[in-house]
Amino acid sequence: MTATPQTNETSVAPDLDATAVEAGRPAVDDDIVPYYEEGPDTVARAAESSDADQPYAELGLRDDEYAKIKQILERRPTQAELAMYSIMWSEHCSYKSSKVHLRQFGEKAPESDRMLAGIGENAGVVRISDTLAVTFKAESHNHPSFVEPYQGAATGVGGIVRDILAMGARPIAVMDSLRFGAADHADTKRVLPGIVAGVGGYGNCLGLPNVGGEVVFDPCYQGNPLVNALSVGVLPVDRLQNKAAAGTGNVVILLGAKTGRDGIGGVSVLASATFDAESETRRPSVQVGDPFMEKLLIEACLEVYDAGLIVGIQDLGGAGLTCALSETAAAAGTGMEIDLGLVPLREPSMEPHEILASESQERMLLIVEPTKVDGVLAVAEKWGVLATALGTVTDTGRLVINWRGETVVDVPPESLADDGPVYHRPMREPADLILLNADRAETLPRPKTGDQLRETVLRLVASPNLCDKTWVTEQYDRYVLGNTVLAQPENSGVIRIDESSGLGIALSLDGNGRFARLDPYNGAKLALAEAYRNVAVTGATPVAVTDCLNFGSPEDPTVMWQFAEAVRGLADGCQELGIPVTGGNVSFYNQTGAAPINPTPVVGVLGVLEDVTYRVPMGFSADGDVLILLGQTRPELSGSEWAWVEHGHLGGRPPLVDLAAEKLLASVLATAAERGHLGAAHDLSDGGLAQVLVESCLRHNLGATISLPADVDPFVLLFSESAGRALVAVPRGHEEAFLALCTEMNLAHARVGVVDGRSGALEVGDQFRIPLAELRQAYSATLPDLFGDAQADGDAPADAVEVELAIRADQAAQAEVAAEAVVAADADPEGADPEDDADDAADPKS
Amino acid sequence: MSMRIGVVTFPGSLDDRDAQRAVRIAGAEPVALWHADSDLRGVDGVILPGGFSYGDYLRCGAIARFSAVMDSVVKAAGDGMPVLGICNGFQILCEAHLLPGALTRNEHLHFRNRDQWLRIESTGSAWTAGYEAGQEILIPVKNGEGRYVADGRTLDELEGSGRIVARYVRGNPNGSQRDIAAISNEAGNVVGIMPHPEHAVEALTGPSVDGLGFFTSVLAHLGAHA
Repeated sequence: MTATPQTNETSVAPDLDATAVEAGRPAVDDDIVPYYEEGPDTVARAAESSDADQPYAELGLRDDEYAKIKQILERRPTQAELAMYSIMWSEHCSYKSSKVHLRQFGEKAPESDRMLAGIGENAGVVRISDTLAVTFKAESHNHPSFVEPYQGAATGVGGIVRDILAMGARPIAVMDSLRFGAADHADTKRVLPGIVAGVGGYGNCLGLPNVGGEVVFDPCYQGNPLVNALSVGVLPVDRLQNKAAAGTGNVVILLGAKTGRDGIGGVSVLASATFDAESETRRPSVQVGDPFMEKLLIEACLEVYDAGLIVGIQDLGGAGLTCALSETAAAAGTGMEIDLGLVPLREPSMEPHEILASESQERMLLIVEPTKVDGVLAVAEKWGVLATALGTVTDTGRLVINWRGETVVDVPPESLADDGPVYHRPMREPADLILLNADRAETLPRPKTGDQLRETVLRLVASPNLCDKTWVTEQYDRYVLGNTVLAQPENSGVIRIDESSGLGIALSLDGNGRFARLDPYNGAKLALAEAYRNVAVTGATPVAVTDCLNFGSPEDPTVMWQFAEAVRGLADGCQELGIPVTGGNVSFYNQTGAAPINPTPVVGVLGVLEDVTYRVPMGFSADGDVLILLGQTRPELSGSEWAWVEHGHLGGRPPLVDLAAEKLLASVLATAAERGHLGAAHDLSDGGLAQVLVESCLRHNLGATISLPADVDPFVLLFSESAGRALVAVPRGHEEAFLALCTEMNLAHARVGVVDGRSGALEVGDQFRIPLAELRQAYSATLPDLFGDAQADGDAPADAVEVELAIRADQAAQAEVAAEAVVAADADPEGADPEDDADDAADPKS
Repeated sequence: MSMRIGVVTFPGSLDDRDAQRAVRIAGAEPVALWHADSDLRGVDGVILPGGFSYGDYLRCGAIARFSAVMDSVVKAAGDGMPVLGICNGFQILCEAHLLPGALTRNEHLHFRNRDQWLRIESTGSAWTAGYEAGQEILIPVKNGEGRYVADGRTLDELEGSGRIVARYVRGNPNGSQRDIAAISNEAGNVVGIMPHPEHAVEALTGPSVDGLGFFTSVLAHLGAHA
């Protein structure tokens, strides 16, 4: 970014006024002001020319929708009003296709005394102690990220963080769930590095640790990658904010960045004729982010909250001012009178509909009592953020917007915010589903010999979906704020909230488009189950859910059926697990031509840990720990990574979902964690037990010896993706007590092996043995080979692993001592002796 | 009375509260300092924390160097006050000419966050006196522009006068010349380090507690020179 230096040797301090903040912006030529000669389209003019032609169809409005607008206004809409209705009544803002289905999340919501705010707010808020609450939400930014990967992904992070901020919370972490086309496709090389750099660039500069997520490859996302971002924040219970513009006479203040023409692509057909049509089409419609401005905005908002200076607040995201003005007024049942001419602009030539539609980032709308306006302005000045009073709250029930002395908008705000169209779209099960379900992966040829199993393990761990994601995650700061207890590649992100009590949270974000393709109802439940289990294996108690529902076009009845089934599955699943959906987002039209993506519900689960020192990491950490497989393994291979990688196969039915079993597993894990029975735990999902063994061994370079029960098919045990399972490593002294707990709780369990610090390998019975160095090579090389050679850019030399192993061999001699230390460490994590690997991710190894 | 260590917050500072926590864990009192205020509030030492001061616009640290607080920091450093610049703080110290050289874009052009081994090369600085020479420590590195560069003569001078405080070992994460991770000024009171010792002060949240030595060292140094 280029900028004009705003400072010189003689200045006392860098003057962080608006000019300096805006220093990176392209210069504006004030001479170019191509206003319509006849003036703006006003309410008065619209009343006189109610039959004039308007481009509503180009704006995505149907005939009946346009007729309804005219009926509401009793005249034709002005150009600005038409833009506002077209945006607020779009699928994106009105949820017109999904609304009738999403109601189930409320109707089936289990009772929870933790919920302080739920669906309909900017984000759900969950109480985690008497005084503290957590707010979290996931949101998609799929289409912008395909058009402009870096900015699309960056502003996706920025947008969800502002949702969290608007609830009164300090944002404390982000996560990202990314889906791309085939890993080796040329366009993936264009899209992936940009998206990863965008997620990292924005989050890093904002000072938010990225603590987890997913990276998935599948050809169905080739022309339509998915970028789902989650943010979480923490707030004192009594700092909860709301968006209602209450109180006649209160002042409406716009805080943050200037407003530009970014993100107005949708309403560009309304550009006045004097604006060169060709130059208009060349304008980027993807918003451009400025994380530095957002960082200042966060600090300014938090200071304003703490000083009790505001009545209401709303972030500006999709639909910009249009959405913020209409939703805040509608929420309070009030009106507003706004002078649009006061909005600070990057380009003074912007027309009213452009200002209203702009999706410029890093802006918030504040509702402030008149006596507190000066206080808000002082805080804004301290942080170098622009703050502008735009108008006042009225009791008229009308949103009136003036521009240069004329009224360009006069509408009932709830007609924009709440009275959008609602569709009952036709639905039909996809015609190919019966055949697809009949084509089961369980009948595919399987590896039989030990050698074949060995090769299968190596191929699978090197496959793009199962391989090491360090290439991606080391572009994210996971340490900032100093409260990250666990981060990727762990099962969940675990964050300490309260330094004195150790209170913390765990978060996981999971989805499986293949399972949902085979059975959207159960696929959604499986995604929920996986996120729930990922939270549970850290020892946390799951308490709430957010979702990001990525689907094709709702106008395709088979997609609509997939969507309805997935929502029904998720709502039923949450009811069965007893944890409510607190909010989320729907993304439709994810398709290339007529081909929709696999239906991809991505589910985030939030858990609470009363004391994060009891969290359970995923890596084997002590020689001699006993490995116990929890849950029941069935021959379930349809939709599995094995079927996909080895046979390019997708068919059959996904694994059985048994949410009662998931609950049982979670409660055993929580109890065991609290009692210090668990040295490590890892949930079983994609890739099955084989994948878990590889990941848990490589985490700290400790081998394992697996003894297969005689009556079990080794292939099924290693590669089945049956749900409701976890592998735990139990220190020897705890084995008896832990097994007794499983028996008492009636949880299926089987002893499958031990952590073996001496072997330096993963050894599976009499089937095969793979040295850890060979496993690491297979696991780690894939993404660097595809997206950039790590060796050439100053990475650890190839022999680092050998050095590592030599060090480990030394340590193995003290393994027995170490095993005891783990027991002690559970009681006193500070006392644990950290032994780490240069090439390992963070983990406190206690 | 416990020692008071100031931590400067610039607009865009991110690891300021982490640095304060590290100071507290080391046994001193952290004091928040504000970029626009030249008052150092009677602190015994100053930390310039990591982050993206002023958005890192123009060039990392280039704007921060002109802030009111930096005038005071430069003056105090000249009088021997211990100053530690971490990551963005290191960049600011170079821009302010308290340290030679510059931090440029990582050789591989990516932001990189990993747990990194360093070797303490000099225990002569105010911030590393508590380590043993040659000691290897594991602390996080996370930066996009952390590649230390300087002309050959400067590098030779740094080597010759024992002012290379720490070097990357078992891999260089950003292409820094001569694997330099941290350097000091001639007097040894001003140290710039690219990796983050403040993220390795608690076993629960860090890869180790190896970073704590920077903060305990300066307290010992201040105690000895009191």
